[in-house]
Amino acid sequence: MSKADKKLVIFSDIDVEKALKNALQKPRPDLISEVRESGLKGRGGAGFPTAVKWNLAASAQGDRKFVICNADEGEPGTFKDRVLLTDYAEQLVAGMVLAGYAVGAKEGIIYLRAEYTYLRKNLEATLEKMRGRKLLGKKISGKDFEFDIHIHMGSGAYICGEETALIESLEGHRGEPRNRPPFPVTVGYLGCPTSVNNVETFITALHIVEKGAKWFKTYGTEKSTGTKLFSVSGDCDKPGVYELPMGITIKKLLETVGGEDAKAVQVGGASGTCVPRKDFDRAIAYEDVSTGGSIIVFGPFRDMLEVAINFMEFFCDESCGQCTPCRLGTETLLEGLDMLDEGKCSLKYLRELCSLGETMQVASKCGLGQSAPNAFLSIVENFKSEILDSRCTCR
Amino acid sequence: MLASERDQLKAEIIKMAKKHDQHRSGLIPVLQHVQNVSRHISPEAMQDIAEAFKIHPVEVQGVVSFYSFLSTEKKGKFIVRLCRTISCDMAGKEAVANQLENELDIEFGETTDDGMFTLEFTNCLGMCDQGPAMLVNEDIYAKVTPEKVADIIDSYRNRFGAHVTQGEHA
Ligand SMILES: Cc1cc2nc3c(=O)[nH]c(=O)nc-3n(C[C@H](O)[C@H](O)[C@H](O)COP(=O)(O)O)c2cc1C
Ligand code: SF4
Ligand code: FES
Repeated sequence: MSKADKKLVIFSDIDVEKALKNALQKPRPDLISEVRESGLKGRGGAGFPTAVKWNLAASAQGDRKFVICNADEGEPGTFKDRVLLTDYAEQLVAGMVLAGYAVGAKEGIIYLRAEYTYLRKNLEATLEKMRGRKLLGKKISGKDFEFDIHIHMGSGAYICGEETALIESLEGHRGEPRNRPPFPVTVGYLGCPTSVNNVETFITALHIVEKGAKWFKTYGTEKSTGTKLFSVSGDCDKPGVYELPMGITIKKLLETVGGEDAKAVQVGGASGTCVPRKDFDRAIAYEDVSTGGSIIVFGPFRDMLEVAINFMEFFCDESCGQCTPCRLGTETLLEGLDMLDEGKCSLKYLRELCSLGETMQVASKCGLGQSAPNAFLSIVENFKSEILDSRCTCR
Repeated sequence: MLASERDQLKAEIIKMAKKHDQHRSGLIPVLQHVQNVSRHISPEAMQDIAEAFKIHPVEVQGVVSFYSFLSTEKKGKFIVRLCRTISCDMAGKEAVANQLENELDIEFGETTDDGMFTLEFTNCLGMCDQGPAMLVNEDIYAKVTPEKVADIIDSYRNRFGAHVTQGEHA
């Protein structure tokens, strides 16, 4: 794996104890200011400015507040959080303590997906070790600040990565997303102000606070500052986790991972977009093609219809079923794809399916239903002739 | 289930619920525990759990049916979950799936007659760079090939009688 190839930000060296102690010396507003100055946006996919979230949680009314680490990593093609949870657990814990200090929370929760149960033992050991070093628990590094973390296991549901579904699940309910507002920063876990952040976000914030926003901004673009971890899989020579500057073009990324001959790349997992070869000059950044880090490479001989079917099966399976556009929409799109596969879909019906997809993007309650049609729409748009030609029944 | 087993499980349920002050946030940890020890969540267990948390059994059932790692149907001692998502699919999961069916002599969604193995598909396991990926209970396997399938399965068969739990959810 190539994760240690380059040590830019997230993989750069850091003395966790020193970094945390330094951070806790700073006044809270300064800490949030540094993160704001860095332009850090959430690394879980949605890209919400981290400092804004922390500030809202900090200023929300409530005696009890929570910091939650979203370790539900379920987006197809994403595995960078697994690497962080395995090899950088101390940094994660320190990042959560820092966030707790910034927002005024005493309690932290790591929501770990059931599929990652094998990581739990190590994480528990890290927590225990950090308690022993007085970096977690009561009177952290001698200060009048306490913060502790416990691990809550998921039970196998992709939708629980959505932050309000995650909170529902923590509260012992079906993981069905809530209506927003109110947002978790004001009404979150147990009705208390809650900041939910991705694993990578906490770790990146720790580095920023220790090494400065200015340093962080030497990487990336104006709107997408810093570096990001990319989980690269599919048809390339060197799959794995890469730390790369934001704003990198798809072409450059493919050169890095040995996937130059790709005919398309799925950026952002099943919820993301399928970018065809002609658009490989596009940049991976919040202002262009956005991603939580999943990059799936499709080689010259991949059947793009099969890809679209696989993604839609995923969404049919994982839709929580709470709202109609998503529940019925995913099923209808999958049936449409099957018709295409059998060479039995009229172009008129295909257009109807595309407009159904567009309706889902606006009418679905949460990000799952809103993004479920993305792959369908981009694959149909870019590979229509390939699909129709390969499934022609008239020959 | 024997009456005494049910009593014992019920006692554990009550104890765990108490630990959570009978607050609903303790419900899923309790369900995970019951799933681990009895490989499913029976109607009786749901009844006991509902009582312990002072909620309606239908509420419990609603939660159980939502999560793929909780089930009302009894699962095998070892649950084999093969990733069927795109990267593993492209890496050859179909051949692995086929060989799993051959070795276990069951189809996906089924449990072997001896109650040892359940075979299931699952979605992305976060091992996409090393597919095809597979979980057996909580153990992860990467780059699984049809040839390796038999060895992996045998290593669990041979653990028969050994103390096996599915995890440490408690
Ligand atoms: C269907 C769905 C699944 C999601 N899964 C995850 C996930 O596995 N991990 C994650 O960090 N964020 C996930 N998110 C995003 C979260 O809702 C939330 O925005 C994120 O955890 C916030 O953290 P961040 O600001 O640090 O990115 C998901 C969102 C949706 C709509
Ligand atoms: S969009 Fe889909 S996943 Fe989201 S709430 Fe509606 S049915 Fe559930
Ligand atoms: S696609 Fe199989 S582990 Fe991610």
